[in-house]
Amino acid sequence: MATPEPPLLTMSGITKSFPGVRALDGVDLEVRAGEVHCLLGQNGAGKSTLIKVLAGAHQPDDGTITWRGEQVTLTSPVAAMRLGIATIYQELDLVAGLSVAENVFLGHEPTTAGFVVRRTSARTATAALLRRLGHPEIDPARAVGELPAAQRQIVSMARALSHDVRLIVMDEPSAALDPDETANLFRIVTDLTADGVAVVHISHRLEEIRRIGDRVTVLKDGRAVAGGLPAKDTPTRDIVAMMTGRNVEYVFPERPSVPAAPTRPPVLRVEGLTRQGEFAPVDLKLRPGEIVGLAGLVGSGRSEILETIYGARRPTAGRVLVDGRPLRPGSVRAAVRAGLGLAPEERKAQGLLLLESVTRNVSVSSLSRFSRGGWLDRTAERAAARTATRELSLRPDNPDARIRTLSGGNQQKAVLARWLLRGCRVLLLDEPTRGVDVGARAELYAVIRRLADDGLAVLLVSSEVPEVLGLADRVLVLREGHVVHTAPARELDEHRVLDLVMEGSPTP
Amino acid sequence: MTQPAPVTTAEPPVGEAAGRPPLGLRADVRNLSLLGVLAVLIAVGGITRPDQFLDTSNLQLVLTQASVIGVVTVGMTFVITSGGIDLSVGAIVALASVWATTVATQEYGFAGILFTAVVVGLGCGLVNGLLIAYGGMVPFIATLAMLASARGLALQITDGKTQIVTVQSVLDLGVPDAYILGIPPLVLVFAAVTVIGWLLLNRTTFGRRTVAVGGNAEAARLAGIDVRRQRLYLYLLSGLCCGIAAFLLIVLAGSGQNTNGNLYELDAIAAAIIGGTLLSGGRGTIVGSVLGVLVFTTITNIFALNNLQSDVQQIAKGAIIVAAVLVQRRTARGAAEA
Repeated sequence: MATPEPPLLTMSGITKSFPGVRALDGVDLEVRAGEVHCLLGQNGAGKSTLIKVLAGAHQPDDGTITWRGEQVTLTSPVAAMRLGIATIYQELDLVAGLSVAENVFLGHEPTTAGFVVRRTSARTATAALLRRLGHPEIDPARAVGELPAAQRQIVSMARALSHDVRLIVMDEPSAALDPDETANLFRIVTDLTADGVAVVHISHRLEEIRRIGDRVTVLKDGRAVAGGLPAKDTPTRDIVAMMTGRNVEYVFPERPSVPAAPTRPPVLRVEGLTRQGEFAPVDLKLRPGEIVGLAGLVGSGRSEILETIYGARRPTAGRVLVDGRPLRPGSVRAAVRAGLGLAPEERKAQGLLLLESVTRNVSVSSLSRFSRGGWLDRTAERAAARTATRELSLRPDNPDARIRTLSGGNQQKAVLARWLLRGCRVLLLDEPTRGVDVGARAELYAVIRRLADDGLAVLLVSSEVPEVLGLADRVLVLREGHVVHTAPARELDEHRVLDLVMEGSPTP
Repeated sequence: MTQPAPVTTAEPPVGEAAGRPPLGLRADVRNLSLLGVLAVLIAVGGITRPDQFLDTSNLQLVLTQASVIGVVTVGMTFVITSGGIDLSVGAIVALASVWATTVATQEYGFAGILFTAVVVGLGCGLVNGLLIAYGGMVPFIATLAMLASARGLALQITDGKTQIVTVQSVLDLGVPDAYILGIPPLVLVFAAVTVIGWLLLNRTTFGRRTVAVGGNAEAARLAGIDVRRQRLYLYLLSGLCCGIAAFLLIVLAGSGQNTNGNLYELDAIAAAIIGGTLLSGGRGTIVGSVLGVLVFTTITNIFALNNLQSDVQQIAKGAIIVAAVLVQRRTARGAAEA
């Protein structure tokens, strides 16, 4: 059981400061050959900084790194790569316009005479790597930009393996994957570790850590609060407590004892809404005070339905009615004017003005309310934005703070505040807790429920089934663009939903 | 809502926000440094040509020259802030200036010239805006095409000849008798355009939408902003500024020429960029742009007074652009890492 051989990697006392913030404050991390070492911590705990130090992208201010018994300095990403440390970042760093093979061998192409790329041998080698990864169907000659997210992840893995790699760092690899793809990824990880490769795995999902992790290191506020815990046996509440300093699991707010009065006329009606190739006709009624969830895998058409209701995509058939009046199809402005609001899936890319302050992010949809003849009343704007953000307990309580500096949960609150300020009546939430840490999720759930209690109608999309079941009153289960089941959330459980999602047949 | 927000200073935001000057202040710091550059330049001018540089008529000349490109730069600043680019400004100035000085137009006198210049500018801006906002063309390509066509049309109208202005009331605007408290009317127009531009960008919904579209067009669209209409308006605005600049140029030169406004697009973009407007959009500063214009115009003037050729001027301009952008990058990187 006890191995006398020294650990593959030992980081000790790693410290890294940026102007105004100490990101790492003496972190220790020990990784053994052939293990899956999970790194856990809330957003801002220092995970990203730590792996950047390990990848040679950041230089630590203090501390030592020992690699296979020898002290090393990782002066650059190339230096880390040479030692056999490969990092797969959350935002995959692939070049969309280059082929799969070109991406895999980017920077270390097999060459003739030092500069002529041997394309055939690069492709052959790439094909071999892809087979090893269980994805022989990916064509090495295809442009990476044409591949779906899951396959890009595989290409990133192939790139890592194209080096003589001993340690792979994966930053939330499963965030964009559905369960099937995740399972495949984990199979690959198991194969790799059997060959003695070590994996440092960062994830928000505790169940994943149980599945493939060997040991866990928990980071909090730039320190390792626990190192080398057994991944399988450490109780969840202990881990959550270490991450948050609190004892919280996913806590869902209570549903109102009396469900949203079915007598109230629906505020949103969706009739036969269809988009060719994306989803089959969807019918849906949403009453004020009600939270309806859409459950389904990535690619089941959840986000597409939401965006089509919102007018960001043009339906091929069907219509959306608000208060019985049909919306102009394919017009976001018509939807917003009628009282719809969307918290999009890609918060940073689709939701936020990252260079701007909280106030300006909140007020952007209500500018005409603070203007007379186009002239802005900035005092009123700031005050109203502040009222809205306070209502949601957004932190920091500073309307001039840059949105970029906020945590994921607070950025999401700013998006909600935007629609609250606008006086929206139907809130469409696409993955509202993506990138939001465990502690902040419960608070966000409470906020969403409270908004519903105040009379908002909420349509919720989430790839986390417990979230949909815990938060929604009624759930629509989607499979490949078809609604296969509709039921009150309390009549469903996770297994039933997963069954439907995998096996269910479309209702006629 | 009735209760005023208590004046508690918000606790210092956690993490990377701490110890950072509040929003907007850094733009002011950059403006200050540009003011410093300008002060140095004035000192250099005063020392190398003490007799000429600080002479009132020379300063009037510098400001007048700055006015034409300055008005163009204000429009350009809006376009760049929205994430776009307008390469056609110089060509539009040329086309507007020759169309407004044809024999036929001059028959309508002062109003005819002014009206034509503005309408031609707006017309070109409308075409740019429609192609970009509703035709889905990339701004670089659409305005490049406009650059070529407008220059071609300007040449066709003039047949390469200089069109002398005979309308006395127009010419009168440029003579010292027309100066108000020693300030040439052209400079007053520039000042007015600057003030209106500043208010438009910083105090109106139009300005706020411009910044939002430039910062994140998709987020702006999903927030309910009509991004396409906003883009159309922005190129119209740039065209309008070109029309006004063309009129100023007609007054200044007393003529219209198809070679007018040569390389204005580069001067305007350069002035906006060294002023601190982000080429990628999402942040723009009118004050910075105007300071940028003044820096460039002053350099040109000093070089001319010292009998240095325009080749040396061009090299110096290039060096300044590089220096300013390097400083910007350092500031930006500091912000990203902080």
